[in-house]
Amino acid sequence: MDISYYLYLSAILFTIGAVGVVVRRNAIVVFMCVELMLNASNLAFVTFARINGNLDGQVASFFTMVVAACEVVVGLAIIVTMYRSRRSASVDDASLLKR
Amino acid sequence: MLNLALHVGNTKTPEALLFWLMAPLATLAALGMVMAKKAVHSALLLAWVMITLAIFYIAQDALFLGIVQVVVYTGAVMMLFLFILMLVGVDSSDSLVENIKGQRPAAIAAAVGVGGLLITLIGRASLGRTAVGLDASNASGNVQGLAEQLFTKYVWAFEVISALLITAALGSMVLAHSQKIKSRTAQRDQSIARFRAASLANAAGFPSSGVFARHNAVDVPALLPDGTAAPTSISGVLEARGDMIPSAPFQMQPVKEEEK
Repeated sequence: MDISYYLYLSAILFTIGAVGVVVRRNAIVVFMCVELMLNASNLAFVTFARINGNLDGQVASFFTMVVAACEVVVGLAIIVTMYRSRRSASVDDASLLKR
Repeated sequence: MLNLALHVGNTKTPEALLFWLMAPLATLAALGMVMAKKAVHSALLLAWVMITLAIFYIAQDALFLGIVQVVVYTGAVMMLFLFILMLVGVDSSDSLVENIKGQRPAAIAAAVGVGGLLITLIGRASLGRTAVGLDASNASGNVQGLAEQLFTKYVWAFEVISALLITAALGSMVLAHSQKIKSRTAQRDQSIARFRAASLANAAGFPSSGVFARHNAVDVPALLPDGTAAPTSISGVLEARGDMIPSAPFQMQPVKEEEK
């Protein structure tokens, strides 16, 4: 098995996550798809670390995890605030600035 | 050294077996996550994808990251997701109706394009390359190796990211905080208000629903001693929703005096 298959898997997962972000309407599911994209990039980082034989990729992956945790905390707080004022978690309902 | 390069360039058979077993499952779970109608199903499938990735990390000599993936992602992040899901409403399932016409086919076409581009680029850059492997870097242990990098080369980034984490925690507390505009009316306040009202008709409180009615349900108004219905016995919420059952059929009929 060639090691770049891991990178292919990472690309596929990233693409699926991107489709989810564009297609889904529920804000929580959109967030989950963003998480999937971050995870896919992490897999690519870990695989590159192995290909290049140093741990820099793993450190980058570690930092990505921390940033993802921050993003989830703030994002979910925004979703809760949005839900409180609009009684809906759909991204289509937050359209006050349109009119 | 030659031996090392031989066995890490093309991964060994057990790892290939693991990959071909888990990678399709991860891809299917990711697809299911995007297509699942209920958000809870999406969350569970995402947890499965994350566990699969943790196994891949461990298989790729990233032991620390594999454990952190399980603890942080499938543990903390997914729990947070499920928690918010329960808070916002489990049954808030997505409407799978397209709001923008032709968005979904366009998105899928664009995704196929991006995916193809990524895969061909990666293939061009890395196919057939012999991996160096992490045996040398992990010589004194994966955690020790990572710690050495983290506290020497990346110490500035580490400090900045810790500041980011604290800022995010504070920011989410500020965002999720809601200030009470007026104080809660306690039982004592309600009692005082009843006795200060213009009439003392309701001083003893409103009648409970279903009292003296022939139905003991919350949506049936109570009957007053004279046989008339008391609409005040029904919760205002039920009344607003139109769930109130008219009490006319349950009212006591005037007793006819039968002549003997």
